[in-house]
Amino acid sequence: MSGAMQDFATHPTDWLVILPVVLALLGGAVLLMLREAREAQFWLALSIVAVIFVSDIALALRVSETGPVAMTMGRWLPPFGISFVADLTSAVFALAAAGVTLLLLVYLRMDMPDRARRDGVYPLILLLLAGVSGSFLTGDLFNLYVWFEVMLISSFGLMVLGGRNIQLDGTVKYGFLNFLATSFFLAALGLLYGTLGTLNMADIVGRAGAANPAVLASIAALLLLAFGMKAAAFPVNAWLPASYHAPPPAISALMAGLLTKVGVYALLRALVMLLPASREVLEPVLALVAISTLILGPLGAIAETNLRRALGFLVIGGIGATIAGAALGNAAGLAGSATYVLHAMLTITALYLVAGLLEAMTGETDTRRMGGIYAAASLPSLLFFVLMLAVAGVPPFLGFWPKLLLVQGGIEGWGFGRDGWGLALWLAVLGNALLTLIAVSRLWAHIFWRAGHEAATTEAPNPDLKPLSPQVRWLGLGSAGVLTLVVLLLGLWPEPLLGFGKEAAAGLLRPANYVVATGLEGAAP
Amino acid sequence: MDHVIAALSGVFLAAAIYLLLSRALIRMLLGLVLLGNAVNLLILVAGRLGRIVPPIALEGAKAPLAGAANPLPQALILTAIVIGFAMFAFLLVLAYRAYQSLEADDTDRMRVTEPRGGPKPPMSY
Repeated sequence: MSGAMQDFATHPTDWLVILPVVLALLGGAVLLMLREAREAQFWLALSIVAVIFVSDIALALRVSETGPVAMTMGRWLPPFGISFVADLTSAVFALAAAGVTLLLLVYLRMDMPDRARRDGVYPLILLLLAGVSGSFLTGDLFNLYVWFEVMLISSFGLMVLGGRNIQLDGTVKYGFLNFLATSFFLAALGLLYGTLGTLNMADIVGRAGAANPAVLASIAALLLLAFGMKAAAFPVNAWLPASYHAPPPAISALMAGLLTKVGVYALLRALVMLLPASREVLEPVLALVAISTLILGPLGAIAETNLRRALGFLVIGGIGATIAGAALGNAAGLAGSATYVLHAMLTITALYLVAGLLEAMTGETDTRRMGGIYAAASLPSLLFFVLMLAVAGVPPFLGFWPKLLLVQGGIEGWGFGRDGWGLALWLAVLGNALLTLIAVSRLWAHIFWRAGHEAATTEAPNPDLKPLSPQVRWLGLGSAGVLTLVVLLLGLWPEPLLGFGKEAAAGLLRPANYVVATGLEGAAP
Repeated sequence: MDHVIAALSGVFLAAAIYLLLSRALIRMLLGLVLLGNAVNLLILVAGRLGRIVPPIALEGAKAPLAGAANPLPQALILTAIVIGFAMFAFLLVLAYRAYQSLEADDTDRMRVTEPRGGPKPPMSY
């Protein structure tokens, strides 16, 4: 047992790994105490998230230079201590989450009811960020469960904040089904612990090969159910369109941008990196889930008349694309998944932000009663146009590159003759791009081009449009604009994105560096 | 002993699923609680049940006594109980509030977000 403790202190710079989580948790606690100081709360929240953002940048730079960085609590080497490990995937996802949250805080300021501020919207957002960053950075599956729950309880609070009937209804569905998903996750953890005797990710990598493959595959199936439910993959996606349009736009932007992506991240981590043999067994299931999610998501969006519900269905379609990469399991496919998660975090959040502006202008949530925005306000129209092309994956916008990688992965998988799933996935990704394009161009035609309501017969400008107040113009359009600019630039200059995808896929497929970073010797081949 | 607890966990799970299939919120809540307990028992069984030897290493020894109980599942379950209790408390309040505001505890009648007979897809374009 002499090798169970690390005999040197963690280097101060390695503390960077837990800094985002610690800052968010402490910040949430401090903000909770400052409930009365409403103005100070905003500035404090903004500066804390800015510091988290900077530390995430530092972490991502560090990881891209030296490979995965790990820190084990209490110097007990895995499997005894709980590790935090940042590889490039985790660091970049955490960075994107912090960046999105930073812009959201600015956006949220534009029309925050005083009641929401009093009821603690800022502490909840910081705790949500703590949960999301913790999920990305932890190197221990039970710890991942804990961060899931932190994320869940703060998202319950955010969703129900305001207490309108629609929010209560949405939160009931969101709450019950997500709590059920985490219970399944916990059950899978119990079985995994019973089988392998460890829940540390790096340790599982080393031990999974020796265990009974049939037992591991059934545990992996349970994990797939749990994470699929979290990520809103078909057929366990029903909670998402029932709840994500209920809270105010800024809150649904935060959830749509971050929460489902954590489910996808966990799925990639658990099935691709930890239990690769079980992933191969589950490949047909993953492929079927991916294909049906890819096709049914945008079909739902086409049929929908509520703007943010339609966007919710686009979120689901994107989840299908990320699972397609996991189903392919080759380097190109996984790079597609990882880059798609990043793309979805930025693009989907920006779309919800613009949707919030459109709702503010029209006073409506129903696309049939919107209209004439193209004639009235060019800047929101421009933002929506860029984002809709990005989400559909039209080159050279951001969504094109992940889909290109997925298509490449599909062709490669097909070429290796793996039961034709590669071909099917490849076709489904292309079909998803086409259907998404149809869905968003219908939104474009209904909300922007049509002069007014569905029943309007004249070409006269829509008289019901309200001009944006200066505050909304600066804060709302400004934050949505910055996010859209990031989406645009990453699409036009995809070199960093593609480099990240390649690295992320390599890290998931060959976790040797990840294992060594946690201090475990005898890394898996 | 393992078999008894494992079977008990299975019974809990079956009861939980039966309750979760109900449309009444309060039954679904009880189902979630039972499911949580089923999972906790499952972790306990998975982590080796048995002797009443405390997991303490005697002075000078590097390892605990042979056949000692496994403390880790208990730590996991304790965490899960605390978290599950908080979630249950929140969901209970939420269900009560929804019952007050929506005047329904039947999920079939909670249709604010997804109204029954919702609008047809937009037919233009």
